[in-house]
Amino acid sequence: MSLQSRDVRRNGARPAKHHVLSVLVENRAGVLARVASLFARRGYNIYSLAVAPTDDERFSRITVVVDVESAPLEQVVKQLNKLVNVVKISELDPRDSVERELMMVTVKAPAAVRNQVIELIGVFGGRILDVGHDELALSLDEHPERLDDLEQLLAPFGITDLQRTGRVALPKLERTPPAGLRSAG
Amino acid sequence: MNTNGGSALIRSLELEGVEVIFGLPGGAILPVYDPILDSPIRHVLVRHEQGAGHMAEGFAHATGRPGVAMVTSGPGATNIVTPLADAYMDSVPMVCITGQVPTAAIGTDAFQECDITGITRGVTKHNELVTRAEDIPLAIRQAFHIATTGRPGPVLVDIPKDIVDPMNPNSAMDWYWPSDADVSSSLPGYKPTMKGHPRQIKEAAALIAAAHQPVLYAGGGILKARAAEALRELAELTGIPVVTTLMARGAFPDDHPLCLGMPGMHGNYTAVTAMQQSDLLIALGSRFDDRVTGKLDGFAPDAKIIHVDIDPAELGKVRRPDVPIVGDCRLVIEELIKAIGALGGPESRADITPWRQTLSGWQEKYPLVYEQSADGDMLKPQYVLEQLRDRSPEDTIVASGVGQHQMWTSQYWKFNHPYTWVNSGGLGTMGFSVPAAIGAKVGRPDRTVWAVDGDGCFQMTAQELVTAATERIPVKIAILNNAYLGMVRQWQEMFYEERYSEVYLSPDLPDYVKWAEAMGCIALRVESPEEVGPAIDKANEIDDRPVVLEFRTDSSEKVYPMVSPGKSNDDIVVDPTQGEPTR
Repeated sequence: MSLQSRDVRRNGARPAKHHVLSVLVENRAGVLARVASLFARRGYNIYSLAVAPTDDERFSRITVVVDVESAPLEQVVKQLNKLVNVVKISELDPRDSVERELMMVTVKAPAAVRNQVIELIGVFGGRILDVGHDELALSLDEHPERLDDLEQLLAPFGITDLQRTGRVALPKLERTPPAGLRSAG
Repeated sequence: MNTNGGSALIRSLELEGVEVIFGLPGGAILPVYDPILDSPIRHVLVRHEQGAGHMAEGFAHATGRPGVAMVTSGPGATNIVTPLADAYMDSVPMVCITGQVPTAAIGTDAFQECDITGITRGVTKHNELVTRAEDIPLAIRQAFHIATTGRPGPVLVDIPKDIVDPMNPNSAMDWYWPSDADVSSSLPGYKPTMKGHPRQIKEAAALIAAAHQPVLYAGGGILKARAAEALRELAELTGIPVVTTLMARGAFPDDHPLCLGMPGMHGNYTAVTAMQQSDLLIALGSRFDDRVTGKLDGFAPDAKIIHVDIDPAELGKVRRPDVPIVGDCRLVIEELIKAIGALGGPESRADITPWRQTLSGWQEKYPLVYEQSADGDMLKPQYVLEQLRDRSPEDTIVASGVGQHQMWTSQYWKFNHPYTWVNSGGLGTMGFSVPAAIGAKVGRPDRTVWAVDGDGCFQMTAQELVTAATERIPVKIAILNNAYLGMVRQWQEMFYEERYSEVYLSPDLPDYVKWAEAMGCIALRVESPEEVGPAIDKANEIDDRPVVLEFRTDSSEKVYPMVSPGKSNDDIVVDPTQGEPTR
């Protein structure tokens, strides 16, 4: 597994080709390590990773963004499926899913520019988490590309700390009602 | 609390039908060794844990039942990593129990502690660290279920000392035995697909009926699925010739008129070239290994592919199949036979007689050949193998190490029965043959078991002959002693301008006869062709202790045919006496 440098994105380049896998796993010790070492052993690159328990305590969900240029997605999925603790894998094409990621960032904001920073986070719909005498701590949960944009805009002020969670995703919902419902309406 | 984890572990193994454990005790696994004294399970005490692992593999190869190995924590566990990796590559069903330091000591760098589940994650089908005594029966049932179903493989169960030690309150538990339903509900992510998809099978049947130059490409999966008879029925129904990969030797009888033998880097000309020129490869439990395909983009360029495998990840991993079928080889072949029958009689299929004639022509033109040694010269390894083959019982089980002797054994033996060939294919583990042969003989005491070994291989695991002598396991070892790491020597001769780097081993050091005798074996040195037969006959008569025959063989002998690394199978080099193939 290699976590690709985020500098790639700062330079404006999007992750070449990525896919989001939503992997339902048994909630047991060592399962994340199995998944991670499978990626390492088979030479697949992970772009981002998020793990959390689900509403069913027996299972956890691993949302992993895979660089599909390092290996065909089909092989990644099939090899993951061979892990005994992997219960179900859903592939989410970025075009057919809604994605979110959380960024927390501490930025230099002395009095002279503080309003500019506050305005910026307001435009993005983010929040101010903490206020220091010459710094602000901000948070934004948004599409990862929007996080990139904010990050780029904050950079000139001076970012002192930044953390991102790795993305999570849900499939896009059906827009048109099924035929039966339509005629009824 | 009516039992303890240690007794429950042994009882669980008994209930799983385990007859023999190959192992070696040590501190962390000690409490589990006590109830073994009262168990009907036989324990074979090895001299090195690697031996235990390969014995378990040999047992599984010969019987089809899972081999069981038990070792202690730390170095005991790390010593068995190679056999686990070997079993993983060759899909050998095996359960390995390792001792672990007490749960409270895990993570503290305790004496003989190592993270064996971490270490073996990539070389086992599954592994599990059990942390509560009451989880032991389920963990054992899961291990056997996972090791033997789907694509078989090794499973490791790591057991901390405190949960098996009756002196420790952590080991107290109430006995129970999980039902099949308990096992499957405890493994929500594990459901191997057994039955092939009917539509895919129909498509496969149609492709088979239309093919003019088809080849059945049989792999080790045939043996794992116990599908040898089904394969024979399919071949005889359709008249399609069969190649058997290194892992599938014996899956289809070598003396059958449709058998083309082994393909691959050292396969025979006809098997290799039949695949190259085929218009339809029917891959059955085979995985397009690099040693079979040669340079991938030159492999069987005009062939459509039907690929049957129980492991979905094999389909499309190397070569994209036209018809992928996930399922158990035996079940799929049986359905395929029905689907082909449903299309009609032989008249419903393309005529493959011209193809068969082409293949027989190649077989006549490019048989396996070698030059017999002149008087006073060293023995030819091929001659030794022919004699061994012809003078041993028809259903002899043969194990081999890895290298030239392995290729010659695969080439020159006549494998007419399934489960008679025990070898390390995928991992290529030198030192495999002696312990694997011992495991095979324990599993099939009624059979003659020969290990064909190289001098390099023999030195890696020979100590297990002490185990064999002590336990009265009468295996027979034929060392082809050419005083070199022969296959490496061959590559250095052919691809490194005869610059021989670190491959010479000496014919006399060690003295193999004295060494074997010191280990409780009967041993003979054979140097001339007329001694070969009588020595083998004598060895075959001995049935109360291991025998070692040391054959002094010609170190300049090379394995042919050969597809050089990185080359296409079209560039196969046959024995120099046969000239350059024309096509």
